[in-house]
Amino acid sequence: MNASERYEVVIGLEVHVQLRTQSKLFSTAKVGFGDAPNHNVNELCLALPGALPVLNAHAVELAVRAGLATHCRINTHSVFARKNYFYPDLPKGYQISQYEQPLCSAGWLDVIAAEGEAAQRIGITRIHMEEDAGKSLHEGRAGSAVDLNRSGVPLIEVVFEPDLRSARQAVACLRTLREILRYMGVSDGDMEKGQFRCDANVSLRRHGESALGTRREIKNLNSFRFAAAAIEQEVAAQAEILDAGGAVVQATLGYDVDKGRCFVMRSKENADDYRYFPDPDLLPLKLTQQRIEAIRATLPELPEQRRARFEQDLGLRADDARVLTASRTLADWFEVAALAHGAPQTVAKWVLRDVLGALRERDRDASALALQPEHFAKLLALQDAGRITAKGVRQLLPELLFEGGDPETLLRARGLEAVSDSAELEALVTRVLDENTAVQKSYAAGDTRALNFLMGKVMRETRGRADPQRVRALLLGKLER
Amino acid sequence: MAAPIASLIELCADLESGRSSAVALVENVFARADEVDGALQTLLHPRRAAALEEAAVSDARRAAGRLRSPLDGIPIAIKDNIVQAGEPASCASRILEGYRSPFSATAVERLRGAGAVIVARTNMDEFAMGSSTENSVRGPSRNPWSLERTPGGSSGGSAAAVSAGIVPLALGSDTGGSIRQPASFCGVVGMKPTYGRVSRRGLVAFASSLDQIGPIARSARDCALLLDVLSGADPGDSTALPEAALESHRALDGDVSGLRIGLPKEIRETPGVSPEVLTKVEEAVAELERAGARSLEVSLPHTRFALATYYLISTAEASGNLARFDGVRYGFRASSDGGGVTPMYERTRSAGFGDEVKRRILLGTFALSAGYYDAYYRKAQQLRTLLLRDFEAAFQHCDVLALPTTPQPAFRIGEKTGEPLSMYLTDVFTVPANLTGAPGVSLPCGFQDGLPLGLQLMGRPLEDATVLRVADAFQRRSEYHLQRPPL
Repeated sequence: MNASERYEVVIGLEVHVQLRTQSKLFSTAKVGFGDAPNHNVNELCLALPGALPVLNAHAVELAVRAGLATHCRINTHSVFARKNYFYPDLPKGYQISQYEQPLCSAGWLDVIAAEGEAAQRIGITRIHMEEDAGKSLHEGRAGSAVDLNRSGVPLIEVVFEPDLRSARQAVACLRTLREILRYMGVSDGDMEKGQFRCDANVSLRRHGESALGTRREIKNLNSFRFAAAAIEQEVAAQAEILDAGGAVVQATLGYDVDKGRCFVMRSKENADDYRYFPDPDLLPLKLTQQRIEAIRATLPELPEQRRARFEQDLGLRADDARVLTASRTLADWFEVAALAHGAPQTVAKWVLRDVLGALRERDRDASALALQPEHFAKLLALQDAGRITAKGVRQLLPELLFEGGDPETLLRARGLEAVSDSAELEALVTRVLDENTAVQKSYAAGDTRALNFLMGKVMRETRGRADPQRVRALLLGKLER
Repeated sequence: MAAPIASLIELCADLESGRSSAVALVENVFARADEVDGALQTLLHPRRAAALEEAAVSDARRAAGRLRSPLDGIPIAIKDNIVQAGEPASCASRILEGYRSPFSATAVERLRGAGAVIVARTNMDEFAMGSSTENSVRGPSRNPWSLERTPGGSSGGSAAAVSAGIVPLALGSDTGGSIRQPASFCGVVGMKPTYGRVSRRGLVAFASSLDQIGPIARSARDCALLLDVLSGADPGDSTALPEAALESHRALDGDVSGLRIGLPKEIRETPGVSPEVLTKVEEAVAELERAGARSLEVSLPHTRFALATYYLISTAEASGNLARFDGVRYGFRASSDGGGVTPMYERTRSAGFGDEVKRRILLGTFALSAGYYDAYYRKAQQLRTLLLRDFEAAFQHCDVLALPTTPQPAFRIGEKTGEPLSMYLTDVFTVPANLTGAPGVSLPCGFQDGLPLGLQLMGRPLEDATVLRVADAFQRRSEYHLQRPPL
């Protein structure tokens, strides 16, 4: 019996998401990645005497978008607070965050842990805005170095209710959140650049118990794979402690990527007192209902709304709609193609199998598609008109998808135009039959494989440019006569 | 012998008539400083050469008829916690040893934009924490009226430099009385404007919700001219008022007819108030009544909690504001041998801060700590709200409040250094203006044993011009502000 059968697993996530802004949360210093250390800093990033924070209005708008997209209440009065602690990569000696009065409260996400499972509604306690810290680099004996490029970069922290019950569900929740925030233009969500990172609180309790067990928090999980592995490992570790009759001691853990193991960073006895208090350098953040509604009006359709629309209006299957709406780029591309072509289900079939297949093969996402969706629709229309075979479409696709271009031009250039001239095809069929009288006889004697043999002959003669259905019909017509 | 420099208004007239030049004024400043500042210790980092150059440029502007403002060519000293690009800003602390600011405070930019010539930085209590300018790493400043007495603080250097006639104008900062109290002790005019009237950008923060930069000068009129230049919205300070720059000097018409002056009855009940101070305040009010004002008694029942409220809020904010002085990026750093970063912090901050600063950081840290926050910081915020209501109610019945600036005149150097609480009590009449955001001005209203006494006028928030108008009206009818210390 494994841990999750003996115990109920309870997971709460706190996710830090970097907002997609040009400048920092409280100053005009640039937000960049990979620049020379301490390049993107100004008087505030360095916490020089006399420097004051001024709130970045665009960051507020993005944070409101995040709240609206996750069904949160947007608070018209929220307060920035100082979280006080000393660390060399925290120049002011405090982080400006939100504490008692966050920007967004009480939202939710519907999360589907695996294909075919029902959606679970996962509560969001709050979303608040805060600034990132800098980076400490401990290398060599010469001492430590500090890079403040990241200091002051705008973040939101999304705090989930402890509603998740497995590592798999937790990762699905993270994926869903990331997808929505990318969709909304709130964040690029690039995990390798640290733009989307997560802390996971894990506790176990006996099934049926209502009180939460003692939790341990795993900090700074920066990939879905590590998040899954770390949570699973922590569940097993806690189960082992409980099995042995022990008690879990509250602690903060890190995840060692190289060893694939969690380790204790600090235990509760030396828990920090951050002495939060409202930042007197900043006024309370007040938003009018009109401003919130104006931001709401600019929201793109949510993935879940689009999924529903694809199912209802375009007649797609639920699974297909989910895959097609996984990224906004892909969904946009598909939708334009589907509208241009007129038969969404046909377009969906091609996108799901061939377009996504080609992307997977090259390990790229939909943003790599150079082909205009209108041109993709045209390609499929050419097939409908019998001017190119399905096989021909597949031959052209890789080149078209990644280089773009008019499919009609390319199909001519490649000599893939289907044999559509009836007289030409009929003559060919007659010739093949004449050359294979023995096969004709075995067909008449009831050998159905004979038809396939003749089909193959004709297709070979046309180098695949004939529509197999028409060839088959012509052959049958003559054989049955 | 270098004569004390004249008041702003007189200097403007001299410059206009060609009797003097900006260069001559700067020379006057440094000649006077050479003569008296050895004893007073008001100026830090004099900018002799740079100021002379800037003055010459101002004179050229004047010759070309392109004056920027009435302050063009006027020398001014600024408190050492207001940063100027390229200049030191030590806040009279060891921990900012060697630091030079790469940027200028908005107030400094406005002064320079107006053509004023910054001649020096002034001594202060370390990080503006103190009421005597004794908490300075550079040693105490002295009161021009009595060298064994303090000039008050924390803007003691600025007030004493104006009083001694070294400069006609100075900038101070006021968190709990740090402009008004030294102005009172030194017999000059000092004003804490409405909170947000002057941008705090570039003012090294002590308590952000209370700090205000303000003018110190010889008269209310001079203060008004300086405040008008400093004031106005600043996108670089979120707490700055959105209002455009003041034109308060145009409001100084000497007319106080119909003005209602409130006298808080709690003042007389405050322990330790000198009877002579009370008498002089009453005489000043009587003089304004003769000019057409009338007075009435008002009550501010929560003012007895103001000092405690102030020392909780200001220390809490200071504990955060001073966390940046950690030896990592600039300023003083104690040896970093051994033990890693935490011992480096401890050694740096132990050696870099003086006792009073450490005391306030500890108090503030305590007030914000888990388990104490509600009892101290939150309670103090609630009292602040009650105090604000008291003042709103009082201002329903009167237009300005008149009260002493301090309970006693200037005390002796060393007299209160061993008793922080008794030192804190000197702020009892000044902290309410900071807690409520109201404008307050201190102006000379008499003498006790040869030491100046200050009348404090407070107004409704935003009514800086009213306060200055009443102060100016009194100065049109009195000569206390024309007295010079016996230097």
